[in-house]
Amino acid sequence: MTKTFRMDEAQPRLLDETGQGIVGAPLDRPEGPKKVSGRAAYAADGLPENAAHGVLVRATIAQGRVTKIDESSVSDVSGLLGVFHGPKMTRNPAQGMAGEAPVQPGDEVHYHGQPIALVVAESFEAARDAAQRLAVSYDADTDVITDPSRSETHEQDDPETAGDFEAAFAASEVTLDRTYTTPPHAAAAMEPHAAVAEWEGDAVTLRGALQMLRFNKKELADSLGIDPDKVRILSPYIGGGFGSKLGIGPEAVAAALAARELGRPVRVVMTRQTVFDSVLRRTETSQRLRLGADKDGTLRALSHDDRVSNIRDEGFAEPVSQASQFLYGAEGLSFTQTLARICRTPAGSVRAPGEAVGMLALEQAMDELAEELGMCPVELRLKNLPDKNPMTDQPFSATRLADCLREGAEQFGWGERKPMGERREGDWYVGMGMASAARSNMLIKSAARVRLTGDGAVVETDMTDIGTGSYAILGQITAEMLGLPIAQVEVRLGDTSFPGASGSGGSFGASSAGSATFLAAKAIRETLAERMGCSLSELTLQNGIARGGNREVPLSQLVDGELVEEASVESGSTADSHFSAGFGAHFAEVAVHAYTGEVRVRRMLGVMAMGRILNEKTARSQALGGMIWGIGSALTEKLTHDPRTGHLATRDLANYHVPAHADVPGDLKVVFLEERDDMANPIQTKGIGELGISGAGAAILNAVRNACGARVYDMPATPDRVITAMDAAGF
Amino acid sequence: MRTRFTVNGEPREVEHDTRATLLDILRDQLGLTGTKKGCDHGQCGACTVMVNGKRVNSCLCLAAMHEDDEMTTIEGLGSPEALSALQKAFVSQDGYQCGFCTPGQIVSATAMLEELRAGDPSYASASLEGEMALDDAEIAERMSGNLCRCSAYPLIREAIAMAAEVKS
Repeated sequence: MTKTFRMDEAQPRLLDETGQGIVGAPLDRPEGPKKVSGRAAYAADGLPENAAHGVLVRATIAQGRVTKIDESSVSDVSGLLGVFHGPKMTRNPAQGMAGEAPVQPGDEVHYHGQPIALVVAESFEAARDAAQRLAVSYDADTDVITDPSRSETHEQDDPETAGDFEAAFAASEVTLDRTYTTPPHAAAAMEPHAAVAEWEGDAVTLRGALQMLRFNKKELADSLGIDPDKVRILSPYIGGGFGSKLGIGPEAVAAALAARELGRPVRVVMTRQTVFDSVLRRTETSQRLRLGADKDGTLRALSHDDRVSNIRDEGFAEPVSQASQFLYGAEGLSFTQTLARICRTPAGSVRAPGEAVGMLALEQAMDELAEELGMCPVELRLKNLPDKNPMTDQPFSATRLADCLREGAEQFGWGERKPMGERREGDWYVGMGMASAARSNMLIKSAARVRLTGDGAVVETDMTDIGTGSYAILGQITAEMLGLPIAQVEVRLGDTSFPGASGSGGSFGASSAGSATFLAAKAIRETLAERMGCSLSELTLQNGIARGGNREVPLSQLVDGELVEEASVESGSTADSHFSAGFGAHFAEVAVHAYTGEVRVRRMLGVMAMGRILNEKTARSQALGGMIWGIGSALTEKLTHDPRTGHLATRDLANYHVPAHADVPGDLKVVFLEERDDMANPIQTKGIGELGISGAGAAILNAVRNACGARVYDMPATPDRVITAMDAAGF
Repeated sequence: MRTRFTVNGEPREVEHDTRATLLDILRDQLGLTGTKKGCDHGQCGACTVMVNGKRVNSCLCLAAMHEDDEMTTIEGLGSPEALSALQKAFVSQDGYQCGFCTPGQIVSATAMLEELRAGDPSYASASLEGEMALDDAEIAERMSGNLCRCSAYPLIREAIAMAAEVKS
């Protein structure tokens, strides 16, 4: 049994002392040549011999019961192998880290679009044909609630508070009370959810598109009713996740069920429409922000109440006010969440659950408050930065938010910002906006194995790389710790036969799997020091040479055979004693067309401090990607449901508008400020993948206000809404 | 039915369902899985291949319509050991993250640069005639049929601009 290291106290900054100088370097991704030449194999790419093809069938009622699936309606389809349904079919993907089967509703239908059957045929074309023609009868419920504002089932917790909000709000010299809404969002990863299941005896191997294999293995086993030891999942390449592939999905369970029944491999790839219909969406939100301040800008009261939704039997509720609870302090703080139960595609984690939408509202409210106070928005934020978490009194483990704000203002040219509506270039109003960025940081239990031979090292963990750079950074950590050129380290991921890692989610993957890899390599260093006959502090490893105790020995001589170490890490008491979060500042410049209301983002700058950077190149890509998601949430992205049936009307990429090349300016900059978070984990890192989106959309919307007076309370700020808001503002 | 065409310089003959798309034939029959299916509706560009030198969404093409055509897929542009200038630039500029849309981006950009050289104008072109500038607005406009949810867009365009300069 591998001993698990608990993060109970700050650890030495070993990666600052090792000699290879490779951690943090902007190295190319090692898997890059495979990806750019089409040789990286994603879940749907490996079609085993004799594989059958499955296509999922969806429910077309909002709620009720399937009374009949008439297989005779497709019996004329040539090559049809079977129509699968029954008690083990799953309603939707598991929530992140569930570790157990998602809801298996039997013949019940809980939302329009729910997968209710799998049609399997010899060819994809035949399966698709039969899936479209399969006759299904329902007993449909009437008066189904699909609209959260009409839901009669509201679950409300007691407010989370610090101090007396009502009193502080009443005593404030300037107050603001605003309601903002955000629509549901889709992760819309480019790779549709896919699974290839193949049985050998009573054991199944699944090639899947999944983010968290340690949990997914248990979820699949529980769904099928078999022992987790009989499940192996392979996900070496995943075509994007953003939360949508955290849990085992209907495609995987259905493929495994059908493959077992048919005694041959089955591939199920969701159509893009099925991805929209049945993969967890981000909830819509309605958010009421109340801010109270003194005339000098000191915040006295802050309340952020939200209403979100989910389907029955799902425990997830978007933590909308997460950042509002620690970003700024005030005498009185109050946060209340209301969860509406509705019949719609279930809600779950989509990139930065909580902050992604909560900060759209909070950071616009702060902008509005600055305007009320006649204060610079940067100054208002600088004036209200707490030195500890205002709700819990935990000191921050590391924060450079003030530096990010100042550095960002300087580098962006914030001083050139004009008063509202005063910069006009032809038909375009031009403005600048900014927002703080914040995203809480976590360490999740993770294990990894490192093997060292005289030729190099190998890292093995079931960690995934969903585009985040795991292959790159785990190689760099190992190379750094063992003093090897990067080319001599191989990283093997995405296989449940390897030690179980955190998986990719919540921005904790690099810190968690990285720490486990670091600890395994550290254990190897200890053995090497023994063999060198020197103390650990005397040992230097560089370019394959060990130095210590006045000796210099090539690793090829020192390591006879193989040194293998496995290590595991988990969160400890530093998570209680301190509060860890990534912080940053976003700046945006936009142009708004005076007559059409079209918004063009001209440039953006994100200045972020997110602990030790493990690879400057992949970290930057993550941050940029997040900022572009900010563009989408501010301006274009919106899932639209038919209010009568809950049918998702925008169920493809032509109707759900993710940003395209032309929506994104070339001038997007990211600046990382040097930081070490000693309380976060043994490698002093923080999460990166989600900080970029947190606050980015608000910076854009604040720039729209500065440009042309438009403040859009119902996001996204599409041209029709911008024009209306411009009219209202007298522009 | 049977269809004959050339893929990456190799003559191929496939027996296929009349309903089969060029994308599914390339992937499942010919094993050229570098070409991806992201939407199957011509909305994302992940399935972009070149047919007789022009970029198309292979999910919108029936295989049966391509008798005697010459196809180029991502596999035909380079291998991990011998990458094209554009493929190398994607690696060095980090013009991708998950890599799923990447083959489509690269095939599309390869054909797009030829369109630009041939003087085909776009919405972003200052004039309908004469030489087209290879600026960021021009590349962004011409590449907007290729979605990237990881949102590597600025870096994809850096890579394209870099490779275009190397070539010219």
